Amino acid sequence: MTPRRTLATAGRVLTQIRHDPRTVVLLLVVPSLLIGLVAWLFDDTPVFQQIGPAMLALFPFIIMFLVTSIATLRERRSGTLERLLSLPLSKLDFILGYALAFGLLAVLQATIAATFAVAVCGLEIEGSLGLLLAVAVSDAVLGTTLGLLASAFARTEFQVVQFMPAIVFPQVLLGGVLIRRDEMPPVLEAISDWLPLSHAIDALNAVATGSEDDGYVVGQLLILAAFAAGAIVLGSITLRRRTQ
Amino acid sequence: MVNYSSPAVHISGLRVRRGSNVVIDGLDLELPRGGVTGLLGPSGSGKTTLMRAIVGVQVIEAGSVKVLGEEAGSAGLRHRVGYVTQLSSVYDDLTVRQNLRYFARVLGAPAADVDRVIDETDLAGQADALAGSLSGGQLSRASLAAALLGSPELLVLDEPTVGLDPVLRVDLWGLFRRLSEAGVTLLVSSHVMDEATRCDRLLLMRDGAVLADDSPTGLMAATGTTDAESAFLALIRHGARS
Repeated sequence: MTPRRTLATAGRVLTQIRHDPRTVVLLLVVPSLLIGLVAWLFDDTPVFQQIGPAMLALFPFIIMFLVTSIATLRERRSGTLERLLSLPLSKLDFILGYALAFGLLAVLQATIAATFAVAVCGLEIEGSLGLLLAVAVSDAVLGTTLGLLASAFARTEFQVVQFMPAIVFPQVLLGGVLIRRDEMPPVLEAISDWLPLSHAIDALNAVATGSEDDGYVVGQLLILAAFAAGAIVLGSITLRRRTQ
Repeated sequence: MVNYSSPAVHISGLRVRRGSNVVIDGLDLELPRGGVTGLLGPSGSGKTTLMRAIVGVQVIEAGSVKVLGEEAGSAGLRHRVGYVTQLSSVYDDLTVRQNLRYFARVLGAPAADVDRVIDETDLAGQADALAGSLSGGQLSRASLAAALLGSPELLVLDEPTVGLDPVLRVDLWGLFRRLSEAGVTLLVSSHVMDEATRCDRLLLMRDGAVLADDSPTGLMAATGTTDAESAFLALIRHGARS
């Protein structure tokens, strides 16, 4: 692995996205619009204050998962991945390049969404805004790495899109947005403990309500980082230089 | 340390299975350094599989494939072997120059290399066009340009002239000749038999086996024919009789 090749890959991915302004606008604006919609929907109720922080975790995660899994599938199908793997590019250069590029986009996306939620929709954040952003960004990076991993098991665009409901929806359902995690049936609560998105949502709720100290949030961040690192390692195993 | 005494490619007992089919069964082959070798045969004859084995991206069941004195696909060869697949293998949403700049960075090739390969493949007019907007011929030249970055010693080109108009095909063969004169070893597959006479050496493949390995003139003399197509037919008929 070399920083030069990782950075070259990240730069290449960002250049590709720059050639597609519509995607950039959708990526940056849609989360804020949806957060605004939810705030409006639950106007005059305390619901938005309860689920608003979790929404900041959901959008970067879901969108980055989708974008990355499709982008990587395109690499596999267009032959560019085979070309890259016959060049002196390490698998980690490839994956980290993607994680870096989409992580950067996630910073922008999460900043816009969080600013919009706080300044326009009136979401009250007791804890530090910096920590809030840090959780949202690591959440997006997690989506990127899981997307990379999922794309290895898809042969077509249709299949890769199906991974969204298969991998993402259970995490959303069990993440504590619909019902608090400690009110779930014990088995489901135990399962949700092992899903990365639950920790992201817990962390965002903790920052928003100020119910836990910063050490707790940093601990949750480390759990997210561990999941992301695991997905990177598994993802790089699925990238094979030799294929059938 | 480059060992010039080793052949460009040395294959012994190569066996490749794809699914339940044995595509190549016990193939031996040696390619010397230098020159343009044509790999001819109908589609499905195993040309692509053989090329993938040489580049080291094919899972092989048995046998050994040595390239430029090293194990095929080993890390040391990734700078030294250029490979063009039948897929365009460039990013549609980048310009030709952006594509080449990225591949050059990955290779650690000098930045000036990008302009050199654009000139060599005659893409100066399309350098700043998105790859997705190129014609099929331009796209395959862009893919070839990427393989020329870093001046590899061995170029493996899978049907680089397919779908090109005759003028472009002549131009490309001119480029292959110039590269070969500069010391590059080229292995070029084609199912267009009339391209055979442009090669220094011919490998005729059918059903995963090499039927003939000879110079074009040697092959035609041996089979008593005047073109590659007839020589190929004569070899198949001969094989059927014996």
